[in-house]
Amino acid sequence: MATITLPALAATITAPPSGSDAAIEVNGLVRTFGNFTAVDGISFAVRHGEVFGFLGPNGAGKSTTIKMLCTLLRPTAGSARVNGYDVAREQSRVRQSIGVIFQDYSLDDRITAEENLRFHCMIYHVPADVREERIAQMLEMVNLSDRRKDKVRQFSGGMKRRLEIARGLLHHPAVLFLDEPTVGLDPQTRQNIWEHIHALRVREGITVFMTTHYMDEAENCDRIAIMDHAHMIALDTPAALKAGVGGDVVRLKTAHNDDARAFLIAHYALEPTIEDGVLRFEVADGGAFVPQLLRELPTAVQSVDIARPTLNDVFLGMTGRVIREEGAEGNARLRDSLRRRGGRA
Amino acid sequence: MATISTPTTGHRALPATNRLREILDWEAIRMLCQRDLIRFGRERTQLYGSLARTVLWLFILGAGLRGSVRVPGNISYLEFVFPGMMAMAIIFASLQSAISIIFDREFGFLKEILVAPVSRSSVVLGKALSGAIIATVQGTVLFIFAPFVGVYPNPLTILACIGVMLLIGLGLTGMGIMIAARMTSFEGFGTINNFIVLPLYFTSAAQFPLTGAPHWLQVLARANPLTYAVDLLRGLLVNVWTYNVAIDLTVLTVFAVIVLCGATWMFTRQE
Repeated sequence: MATITLPALAATITAPPSGSDAAIEVNGLVRTFGNFTAVDGISFAVRHGEVFGFLGPNGAGKSTTIKMLCTLLRPTAGSARVNGYDVAREQSRVRQSIGVIFQDYSLDDRITAEENLRFHCMIYHVPADVREERIAQMLEMVNLSDRRKDKVRQFSGGMKRRLEIARGLLHHPAVLFLDEPTVGLDPQTRQNIWEHIHALRVREGITVFMTTHYMDEAENCDRIAIMDHAHMIALDTPAALKAGVGGDVVRLKTAHNDDARAFLIAHYALEPTIEDGVLRFEVADGGAFVPQLLRELPTAVQSVDIARPTLNDVFLGMTGRVIREEGAEGNARLRDSLRRRGGRA
Repeated sequence: MATISTPTTGHRALPATNRLREILDWEAIRMLCQRDLIRFGRERTQLYGSLARTVLWLFILGAGLRGSVRVPGNISYLEFVFPGMMAMAIIFASLQSAISIIFDREFGFLKEILVAPVSRSSVVLGKALSGAIIATVQGTVLFIFAPFVGVYPNPLTILACIGVMLLIGLGLTGMGIMIAARMTSFEGFGTINNFIVLPLYFTSAAQFPLTGAPHWLQVLARANPLTYAVDLLRGLLVNVWTYNVAIDLTVLTVFAVIVLCGATWMFTRQE
């Protein structure tokens, strides 16, 4: 899978959320389904204008949380406020404040792109005199202006997603929720969608709350909350989370691995391991260390690989497991069958 | 590392709450109707299906039964069964509209509606109204068969029939929504469709008179809202009544109100 590279945005975060002024405020939120606890007492706050990521494996409780924040599920216990409104008591106000892009497509594919947007304006009471202008604007933003009169069933997955993003923004929401917005899309489309999200946040000052189980995508967030087994196990910027892991991973292949290993132990007090003819060790700053090592090492180096810790390493370090990136198709099917059994997911 | 300054806005201000709209959101109701009508207009199969069904039941089943069924009043069997066909078109179309909720749930569009700031009562009413309108269109189209069965309604009668069909359509779609609100698979609804549509139809005196029928069947007929719909249409079109206008209208109105409230309740309870 291709890596998506975008300017990191973590540097913007300075002030902590000031209590009631947060765009999203969650306190001890719990949701159970029978004996199963999908979300177990999580608390956090999302600042205005922040891109906030919810990361975790399937079934960790991400979608359940997003559904509660969108008023589609009632919390079993605890409370949450979105745009200052309580999700249990002020549902209508919360709904007016948010735009939602669901994990599964939620367009009517038998009608045209334009009709989908127009109907959205009607149920969100966008003033009639600005509707056509906004529809044109949003279609322009997601590059679908020339397809406005086409039925949605003729659209590709990426086009549908872009149309949904346009639709979710028509009523100028304060908070945009995205539940696994890029599952099943090709890397190019995913990157394209991320560009849209960043552009939006800059232009509209919108707060973005998203869930994902793609590690590389989570890097695009200002802050990330990591969910596992219904609990929130970490909350920080991607950089800080990765800094907590330890050093970079260096893989070295030399003409005489045993000599190199002895050298590393003697001079740097490292504990290199040899796996499949490759030396592997961790150092704080691989980029600075390796050039120095290359000058000093008594044996010829054949290849070097320095890997920065990824969010996967963060998750691995915290849970001892990796987040598997399963195929979207399989996920959707599993989710559907779970849903049919009155389940979670 | 790129730094993008984020506007530090406070909470986004919302327009004042509109109390009436919290219950009856006309624009949302209009949206739901428009959407279903656009789809109905573009996909004619439903309309053709309704016409084909009528031809089959009216002219083939009707031709077979006309000799053996004695009908009340001074009318032919085809005249007797014609209003019944209209009721049948309404019940099929109404339940079909209700089924579309299951499709919308399966294909996701229902979420778009449920997460919107629209009251559940407006969602149910919009859906029921669109179902009633589409059903009434399908019922009204059947007037093209009227001359072939010897029924010659005047424009005023046609108008009255349209009003009656809308009322029945609201009730039957509302009932369908009540069922669909709890249903997540098509198969389940298909079964219920067969267990509801056909029994309702057969115990409504639409196809044959129930005057000579056993007592238990007459009791069932009296409990069946469709009986009063058939009675009303038959009375209007060929002037043969079992009950009267007042009783028929009262039962149908009460039925519609009850199922619409029930459907709203079930939709709210879902969360």
